[in-house]
Amino acid sequence: MVPLSAYVAVSAVLFIIGLLGVLIRRNFIIVLMSVEIMLNAANINLVAFSYYLESMAGQLVALFIIAIAAGEAAIGLAIIIVVFRGKISTNVDEMNLLKW
Amino acid sequence: MSLYGTDLLALLPELIVVLTACVVIALDPVTPASRRDLLAWLSVGALALCLGLTGWQISVENVRVSAFSDLVAIDAYARFWKVLLYSVTGVTIVLSLPYLKAERIHLGEYYGFILLALSGMLVMVSAVDLLTIYLGTELMSISLYVMTGLNRSKPRSLEASAKYFVLGAFSSGILLYGISLLYGLAGSTKLASIAGAIGTRGTEDPLVLIATILIAVGFSFKLAAVPFHMWTPDVYQGAPTSITAFLAVASKAASFAAFIRVFVEGLGGLKADWSILFLIISILTLVLGNVVAIVQTNIKRMLAYSSIVHAGYVLIGFVAAGRGDGASGGTPGLASVMMYLAIYSFMTLGAFAVIGMLRKGGMEGEEIEDFAGLAKRQPLAAFLMLVFMASLAGIPPTAGFIAKFYVFMAAVEAGLAWLAAVALIFAAVSAYYYMRVVMVMYMREPSSSSVAPPQLATSPALSFVLACAVAGVILFGLFPNPLVSFALQSVLTLK
Repeated sequence: MVPLSAYVAVSAVLFIIGLLGVLIRRNFIIVLMSVEIMLNAANINLVAFSYYLESMAGQLVALFIIAIAAGEAAIGLAIIIVVFRGKISTNVDEMNLLKW
Repeated sequence: MSLYGTDLLALLPELIVVLTACVVIALDPVTPASRRDLLAWLSVGALALCLGLTGWQISVENVRVSAFSDLVAIDAYARFWKVLLYSVTGVTIVLSLPYLKAERIHLGEYYGFILLALSGMLVMVSAVDLLTIYLGTELMSISLYVMTGLNRSKPRSLEASAKYFVLGAFSSGILLYGISLLYGLAGSTKLASIAGAIGTRGTEDPLVLIATILIAVGFSFKLAAVPFHMWTPDVYQGAPTSITAFLAVASKAASFAAFIRVFVEGLGGLKADWSILFLIISILTLVLGNVVAIVQTNIKRMLAYSSIVHAGYVLIGFVAAGRGDGASGGTPGLASVMMYLAIYSFMTLGAFAVIGMLRKGGMEGEEIEDFAGLAKRQPLAAFLMLVFMASLAGIPPTAGFIAKFYVFMAAVEAGLAWLAAVALIFAAVSAYYYMRVVMVMYMREPSSSSVAPPQLATSPALSFVLACAVAGVILFGLFPNPLVSFALQSVLTLK
């Protein structure tokens, strides 16, 4: 049987990958993907804890998160499309109309 | 498990808001453009109904009602925020009407999204389970991402929307990871069980501390506290002014409401740890917010930094609540936080309403320079702005002074007199940039290069609301007792 610590370790690594992805990558779509990785790291945690604690609540929360992540991705992609139409670029660094 | 009528009845105001949102969005395509105002008035009517319902509950029996197997609890604390959120949303809709016409973004969805965001906020303030808190936050945030970018013809609005989305989703991810760790500790997402689990596991557990820090970071983004404030100025400047007002006021109030409930009801056992964390955050917020606000030339950006600074003051009240010991320890601090946010809401809404009204050659006059000589051409608008700026700066006899006074008193009572002194110094610094607006309005002549002098986009309803806001700011400054006792009566249900 896979120990709980293995799941938590995987989810921690995924969370850090997502975190660094948002902070380092400059393409809007990859930033969006990194956010999704962070959400899935939380999902792995929730499902693993749910299994080991024999409580259903975690799986329930994970299902809610999957649904919300889909909604968030839809809104995010819609925003990217509208921005892309105006700028022909999805680079985060080129969004520089607003600063200081 | 089945849905019980009593559960639905407990959530009646939320149901009314969601239903009205759906009706408004559904009616939008079949409503002729000339009659879109009716949709706005329908929304205001629904809000008035909800306000009446919640007000009736407060006056008849202000007790805790749990619904949906303890996922939400409507108590006096939740009702305080609900009353505030209904009023703020109603005012936002009224001030949007002339603004949207002038900006030509008169869309029916606009009101639908405002109501959907409001329903998310209503869930946030009454949620006692991390799942419902997360759901409410997302419903609010996703609606706000869209509303920020609603002015599709302006690149700034789109850019603000994109930035808000990235940082909002990022903060939700961090918050969620903290929630998953807390679930692992407690085996439940209910705040009461989490408080119990922390009680048995002790506060030294590193996992507890990591989860607390992640949740604190996630909420700090939503509250716009330094160092997680980067999105605030960009989003506030780029968004349509009516949405900026809504963001600065309603989303901040709802985030604080959920934040306080999580940290007091769920993580109350760790208050020695988090009060130090938020002490540092509040000082950073005051320093950075005030210093950067001084150099701003765009008034929306200046008010964005001002909103960051106000979050810092609110956090001082919160830290005082965490430090307070004894039976009534946290009460003065939490009551001062609630009062501060209520007063902050009305003065900020008023200031944004005046900015939204100011038109310069068909364009929005956003630079502080555009206010030059306003007192000569539009004496009434200039006077309103004077009152709101004085209140934001905390000058007596306005309500802003009362708000700061109670926060500082709470800090002194909790043995943080030095913190109150630091905050007082920064309040004096902030008076500089608020009074600069007043100085420009009253003492400076408009530069000759400005072709068209500022005009006002207003309506009778907006004038009425502004008159109420000014009256409120001055009356609560002179007679704060009703608000103080309302806040004290609402805070008692928190431990």
